Amino acid sequence: MPNAATGVVIVGAGHAGGSAAAFLRQFGWQGAVTLIGSEAVFPYQRPPLSKAWLKGTAALSDLELRPADFYANNDIDVRLGTTVSAIDRAEKVIKLGDGETLAYGRLILATGSKLRKLPVPGMDLKPVLELRTNLDADRIKAELQPGRRLIIVGGGYVGLEVAASARTLGAEVVVIEREPRLLARVASTALSEHVFAHHDSKGVRIELGASVAAISGDGGGRVTGVQLADGRTIEGDAVVVGIGASGHDALARAAGLTCSDGIKVDAAARTSDPHIYAIGDCSNRQLMLYWRDMRLESVPNAVEQAKQAASDICGKPVALAEVPWFWSDQFDMRLQMAGLPFDVATTVLRGDPATGKFAVFHLKGDGCVQAVEAVNMTPEYMAGRVLIGKRSIIDPGRLADTTIPLKQLLL
Amino acid sequence: MPKVTFISHAGKAHTVDVPVGTTVMRAAVDNGVPGIDGDCGGQCACATCHIFIEPEWQAKTGKRTEAESDMLEFADGTLPNSRLGCQIELTAALDGLTVRMPEGQH
Repeated sequence: MPNAATGVVIVGAGHAGGSAAAFLRQFGWQGAVTLIGSEAVFPYQRPPLSKAWLKGTAALSDLELRPADFYANNDIDVRLGTTVSAIDRAEKVIKLGDGETLAYGRLILATGSKLRKLPVPGMDLKPVLELRTNLDADRIKAELQPGRRLIIVGGGYVGLEVAASARTLGAEVVVIEREPRLLARVASTALSEHVFAHHDSKGVRIELGASVAAISGDGGGRVTGVQLADGRTIEGDAVVVGIGASGHDALARAAGLTCSDGIKVDAAARTSDPHIYAIGDCSNRQLMLYWRDMRLESVPNAVEQAKQAASDICGKPVALAEVPWFWSDQFDMRLQMAGLPFDVATTVLRGDPATGKFAVFHLKGDGCVQAVEAVNMTPEYMAGRVLIGKRSIIDPGRLADTTIPLKQLLL
Repeated sequence: MPKVTFISHAGKAHTVDVPVGTTVMRAAVDNGVPGIDGDCGGQCACATCHIFIEPEWQAKTGKRTEAESDMLEFADGTLPNSRLGCQIELTAALDGLTVRMPEGQH
């Protein structure tokens, strides 16, 4: 006899899971809501961990998605420090790490992403760190003293944000990137070059096209630096690895849900099982704007999908998909990106990188705006978001001409 | 504790009490007021806390910051009294503040 429970159980108490619990109540869900998180703290925002948190300008209460009493006040049963070992779809129960089973009417998987490990010798040396949780951030923070030499493996957003924070606090910083440019997977060449120059001007040493062969130690278990594949040695006191992540879809896979680079979901965050949803970093969603499916790692994506799942569960219409967007703060650079540069034929530069303010627009062959990347140029970013959402066709010459106000381009 | 009233686009009012120093965005998010998501956590990076200030409160809430103006310039439905809730801290002087919300936050 299948279980008749009707409550919603959310696995994962990050930005996506925490938001889903709040949206369910906001949208009038009257049944039980259980939020299960493996970390010891209530849902919090991860983006500040590499910035304000490292620099000591934010407290954990600033990072919390909602105050601790919000959950009790909204009758949300939060189980912290709790892991989930299996999903039994036939019985509609999940098994917790301690052996307890919990029945669900609807299940929302918000299991996040899993950091890639650097496959080299010496990873057991101390301190070799990574950044996912507030505890990880605390371990990095402890290393950020003036004069300490920090080696960051990976020139992606997380690595570069940590580099900027560390340098601001006076640490010596070397960033090692395997690709020939920074942000190789996620940014245009123009943006990569600008970010490189800016970090360089602030004293961050960047090694491009450099692979780490091993972490080296002093024989007593302490890090002394890294060995590169080209034979060079870079000396340092601590290593932070930030080389990307993959969707945490192990539970879903074991339960037989359709997965491919994350848990496959539709535009309402529904998985291949009608009683199970997947949201945030762990999901691989339809992006109608680009006729593609992909996994997005971002807060806006987590919030948007949390809203989709909660709407669907509450019988509300699911909102139309938003234009994906991202932001990053490094030193005095605010980077804002919208859309994704698929099928791009032309890139258009608006503004002058030498002034520290510019935007790169990515257009298809027919002039349709697919993506924008802006550095300290928020109006261009916001206008870009509108253009992308409307699938506007723009003349590249006019877009590059800063004497033509943006407002005219939006007409 | 200052009170702030949020009036949804459909006209529904939510009044909440929050400690001094709380931003208008946090006041909504912490109390589950629908229509304000605060995606970026108050970094002035997302414009998902767009609100309209009632005329009698405009002098007390002050002017937009430059970063805020830049975000609002091309946000949906921006009006002269548009602000981002994350940029307004509630003080005793703002006790009783009333703000209206746009139809959507995009």
